[in-house]
Amino acid sequence: MGRMRNLLIPGVDKTLLVRDAVKSMPDLTRRRFITSGASLGALTLLTGCDVTDSFSAEEMLKQVSKFNDGVQALIFNPNAMAPTYPESAITKPFPFNGYYDVDDAPEIDGKSWKLEVRGLVENKKSWTLDELYQLPQVKQVTRHICVEGWSAIGSWTGVPLRDFLKMIGADTRAKYVWFQCADRDGYNSPLDMPSALHAQTQMSFKFADEILPRAYGFPMRIRVPTKLGFKSPKYVISMEVTNDYKGGFWEDQGYNSFSGS
Amino acid sequence: MSAVTVSDEQATSTKAKVIQPAWVRALHWTNAFAMVLMIMSGWQIYNASPLFGFSFSSSITLGGWLGGALLWHFAAMWLLMVNGLIYLVMGLVTGRFRKKLLPITPEGVISDTKAALTGELSHADLTKYNQVQKLLYAGVIIVGILIVLSGLAIWKPVQFQYLTALFGGYEAARYVHFFCMAGIVAFMVIHVVLALLVPKSLRAMIIGR
Repeated sequence: MGRMRNLLIPGVDKTLLVRDAVKSMPDLTRRRFITSGASLGALTLLTGCDVTDSFSAEEMLKQVSKFNDGVQALIFNPNAMAPTYPESAITKPFPFNGYYDVDDAPEIDGKSWKLEVRGLVENKKSWTLDELYQLPQVKQVTRHICVEGWSAIGSWTGVPLRDFLKMIGADTRAKYVWFQCADRDGYNSPLDMPSALHAQTQMSFKFADEILPRAYGFPMRIRVPTKLGFKSPKYVISMEVTNDYKGGFWEDQGYNSFSGS
Repeated sequence: MSAVTVSDEQATSTKAKVIQPAWVRALHWTNAFAMVLMIMSGWQIYNASPLFGFSFSSSITLGGWLGGALLWHFAAMWLLMVNGLIYLVMGLVTGRFRKKLLPITPEGVISDTKAALTGELSHADLTKYNQVQKLLYAGVIIVGILIVLSGLAIWKPVQFQYLTALFGGYEAARYVHFFCMAGIVAFMVIHVVLALLVPKSLRAMIIGR
């Protein structure tokens, strides 16, 4: 029984996860996966199946997750809009969420900040905040759904990403738009092109009609209402249009990359 | 008499002894395995953002952390869904649901519950379910369908937004999903206890007779 308990691995609560994430996430995750594999071994033993040493639950889970990426890409309907809500439905206060404390969130000087544009685009010029503010913006009140299960309704105003991609001459046949952030760990996340071109996917500059607060990603976050929250990076400093899968902060640790909603 | 008739008779007499046909047994144990994976990983997912004032002990969860649990949950769901669909189709096509689970009457359930509690319920003929069994088995099939649908509603609240709306929205669907889990776990506890009390029913589910 003691062995069984070892195999089933003690989990971590959210606070611990936040603390661990910064220090040793990849290592820790790997160890957890291997032991998860062992616990599947224990379960298959219980059912009387033969388990070989070469069996790796980690590898199996990765493969199924890739398969699930494909399934989600297949059922993604570019014309399906995320439900929108009246302003009265907005969650107050809208939660701050990160793997660090809000006081440790990046502090960015809007005057010197620039959005770098790289990869398969015609115009690779960097954009100042003032230049971006000049572009036509739209407002949406949509639900932000966190991978953890909670959700909150927020009001976001900004430039539809597809308008911007069109404007800079991005190759929209490319597979991904990859975002990099100013977080100390270099948070990054790949967004598949069909989701990037979705009408509601936005470069957000305002929350609840106010300049985006630091907690929600000043000066610019990407807001993808058709995806889980961690696919909406905050404090964005560069975007790259690419055919390469470059991974992402949470994706590399095992969260499903498509993570559509 | 032709050979065909003889073999038919043989088949019938062999069939009569089989309490649980092979397909029922295979689907039953696959389902049990998938359910255990879903429940244990589901508890770990629940712990990331609990709906109530408690968390599940890490000794009974699967995945180690949220990301691992999600991988397990979204892998085992295929096993559960495919297995469940085959079960539903087979149950309807072979007439097993109709023969085994119907009719269920309130009077029958009440009298069989009384009989069960006083230890007077007969288990002589395992091919026939009593009214309590019929109610529990039919009930858990319905809850099983509900948990898959509410799960899809949480998984894809944009793509399947009409389904999500049917459950009363994303937040409500989470509660439905949780209560269905609680119902299935309660069923499993009763189911396992009763199977252990009537060991020949467990034998029938393993070797068929």
